[in-house]
Amino acid sequence: MSARIGVVVFPGSNCDRDTLRGLELAGAEAVPLWHEQGSLDGVAAVVLPGGFAYGDYLRAGVIARFSPVMKAVSAFAGAGGLVLGICNGFQVLAEAGLVPGALLRNRGLRFLGRDVRISAERLDTPFTSLVGDGRPLRMPIAHGEGCYFADEATLGELEREGRILFRYVDASGRRAGEAGDPANPNGSLQAIAGVLNARGNVAGLMPHPERAADRLLGSDDGLPILRSLVEAASRAARQGLDSAAERAPVAVGA
Amino acid sequence: MSEHRFAVNVLPKPGILDPQGRAVEGSLGHLGVEGVSRVRVGRRVELSVEAGSEVEARATVERLARELFSNPLIEAFEIERIDVLVEAGR
Repeated sequence: MSARIGVVVFPGSNCDRDTLRGLELAGAEAVPLWHEQGSLDGVAAVVLPGGFAYGDYLRAGVIARFSPVMKAVSAFAGAGGLVLGICNGFQVLAEAGLVPGALLRNRGLRFLGRDVRISAERLDTPFTSLVGDGRPLRMPIAHGEGCYFADEATLGELEREGRILFRYVDASGRRAGEAGDPANPNGSLQAIAGVLNARGNVAGLMPHPERAADRLLGSDDGLPILRSLVEAASRAARQGLDSAAERAPVAVGA
Repeated sequence: MSEHRFAVNVLPKPGILDPQGRAVEGSLGHLGVEGVSRVRVGRRVELSVEAGSEVEARATVERLARELFSNPLIEAFEIERIDVLVEAGR
């Protein structure tokens, strides 16, 4: 059975088609969810795609946070439903408080569109179970506000609880520094490229796995991330919502 | 009911990286200006609120400032009354 996964379409989303296509390549039945709808049509997982929801006015993600569909997404996440936010979707999740932290203006101020390398810090989550061995994954970023920020207490908690999902790395897989290291494109604290919520069923990441889901695009390193989600969503659809969080992270010693 | 006008000034919290502020500081040399430091760049939102009293109107502005205009993780805000009261039903 292929899992039905919803991709939210906000006014200003521009990666929704790529994400639908990427999820289909990963084996899902992918359906668009319009931002004004208050229900999720019974999907087994939700992806918030990249783009500039509501023009990114005020702050990236903040206006989208108050849309009808986000009320449904919050309730879904609260019930253990799987939610992945990519780029602008990550910004929306952070503004909604569904994942910790905030995405600040890139440290170098410029909008950046180029390939980066990230590595999965956890290989046992619904978003990374098929990523394999933690080798560097090459995929594009395309953002102006991607500098991950959280206060020190939160960063400590994320580290202790194994909730840093992806970090920027260099080609050899070495963790990037914070400022001035070209492997960390936006100056994210602790080179964080993606995080998990406490329950482990909501994740956000800045790079675009759907833009690296086919060799024709120059890399298919993003496909295992989408495949992991599709597999976890299929399992969740079979077992009911509550078990979607069965792989919630456990503390992994600091 | 009467209309009350406010401004909400939003600034990055102290200690939060403010690349725009840094960029402005970096440009000062090109203008030949010296002695300027600690530049912070934020945003200002002006709005009018229909309410029974200024206190009620301010409560609405405070809620919007907290939930919409600022992100409390990274930004602080100040509310400023900027206009005299305009009676409704003129």
